[in-house]
Amino acid sequence: MLIKQLSIFLENKRGRFTEVAKLLGDAGINLTAFTVAENSDFGILRLIVSDDEKAIDILKEQRYAVSVTDVVCLRCPNVPGSLAKVMDIITNAEIFVEYMYAFSQGDDANIVIRPDNLERCVEVLKSNKLILLAASDLYKL
Amino acid sequence: MIWNETIECMDREEMRKLQGIRLKRVVERVYHNTPFYRKKMQEMGVTPDDIESIEDIVKLPFTVKQDLRDNYPFDLMAAPMSEIVRLHASSGTTGKPIVVGYTRKDLSIWSEVVARCLTAVGVTKQDMVQVAYGYGLFTGGLGLHGGIENLGGTVIPMSSGNTQKQIQLMHDFGAKVLACTPSYALFLGETIKDSGIPREEFLLKTGIFGAEPWTENMRKEIEESLGIKAYDIYGLTEIIGPGVGGECECQNGTHLWEDHFFPEIVDPVTLQPVEPGQQGELVFTAITKEGMPMIRYRTRDLTSLNYEKCACGRTAVRMARILGRSDDMMIIRGVNVFPSQVESVILELPEFEPHYLIIVDRVNNTDTLEIQVEVRSEFYSDEMNKMISLKKKITDCMQSVIGIQPKVKLVEPRSIERSMGKAKRVIDNRKLV
Repeated sequence: MLIKQLSIFLENKRGRFTEVAKLLGDAGINLTAFTVAENSDFGILRLIVSDDEKAIDILKEQRYAVSVTDVVCLRCPNVPGSLAKVMDIITNAEIFVEYMYAFSQGDDANIVIRPDNLERCVEVLKSNKLILLAASDLYKL
Repeated sequence: MIWNETIECMDREEMRKLQGIRLKRVVERVYHNTPFYRKKMQEMGVTPDDIESIEDIVKLPFTVKQDLRDNYPFDLMAAPMSEIVRLHASSGTTGKPIVVGYTRKDLSIWSEVVARCLTAVGVTKQDMVQVAYGYGLFTGGLGLHGGIENLGGTVIPMSSGNTQKQIQLMHDFGAKVLACTPSYALFLGETIKDSGIPREEFLLKTGIFGAEPWTENMRKEIEESLGIKAYDIYGLTEIIGPGVGGECECQNGTHLWEDHFFPEIVDPVTLQPVEPGQQGELVFTAITKEGMPMIRYRTRDLTSLNYEKCACGRTAVRMARILGRSDDMMIIRGVNVFPSQVESVILELPEFEPHYLIIVDRVNNTDTLEIQVEVRSEFYSDEMNKMISLKKKITDCMQSVIGIQPKVKLVEPRSIERSMGKAKRVIDNRKLV
């Protein structure tokens, strides 16, 4: 139920993200989801891709600073209030969210969460009957 | 092993006598052959007759780098050009380069002192030495080359650059010793790692590094990265090139070959000799050179001298690690900052690669100091707060060491240029009128 997310350290320089996108695109790797955290001189690009191992190899070969983190991705209905419901469960279980991002698609909303305690987060979400996506589900999107 | 035991272990009083005799001879030479020195000495009312012992050296005028530029190219020669068998030059970053000339005897002195340096770190005629210093006008390549041949070792005259080939030949030939700049040694270490060739397949055991100041932390880094013992070799073009001094296996100071290059430490402001053991500017007189003997040449290197006998048995004076060239010293917001201080902080922290770039600028009449560093791959995080605390950590360490707060910029892996020769680690964009 864990998804491998790639994190790439990028300097805030013109065209850096373009290069990454092109590199992965040329290799036939699809970006399923991504988000950027930035500060004044660098950013951390977080990606979920269709083939993480291949992407890591390519990025490392080009000397990108890439690391892999396990994250969870859950699916909930794309309706008002469903995020609040999910967050409520997480908060009550005293799980701290390092960061999260989401993307919606028709009737579904997908939320990627990087919790401080991964195992416990999975356990809590499962016991609350929430749908956790497997890597293979995501790549089909 | 000691190459020239008579000299390297000579009783200190004997050494001073020898230096005195040689000083007198060289002063006579320049007084009669080099109008520049004669004029300077006449202005000070000094003649060769005033020089009787090495103590009399304080009567002589100083020489500075600008004198070499003003007398470009050959006006400082003390031998006729027909006696000069080789020229070297150092690339002046601004203006004219400086040119030096060697007679046949000068070259033999050079190969003698380099052989002493090699022997002092355990290199023998059985060993193969890869010279990855640049060959050409730069003294590094040919200087080491002559010394290795004199010792009887096998030279691989690689010159600098062409890193893949360096590694291939180092591997295939089984080089035991590497001679280059410390920054290139680091780059070679990195490249060997990337090459995937197992370290055990290399015979490399010893490194002789010089031509740029380096810190004790840099030594540790190189020793770990290349799996060797790393030693300092010191020199400067104006005096002879590499081999003015070198470390022994004790790694406890750089022995200076003072029977050829007489060292003094002076206060850089008053130019008066400092108390023994005190730090100051290193000054050399090349007391045996014929082609272009420098008289009391101010090196701008800040260091101190230790006259105690070394554990290796040598009595030759030892120079402490060079804090920096006074030319390298940056004055930022009124604070003196040496690149070596910045380097020591970076190498102290395991999270960072040993490569850096210092950029000094002036914005709205205030000096700014930016330090670019690369984070080691295992320390990159997906979490912004971890990256920010990494940045804060190095900023705080820098501030406590250099006294001002720098702007630290974390940059991508391998984005700081790797140097093949002397590393360019400081960019000063201040336009000072």
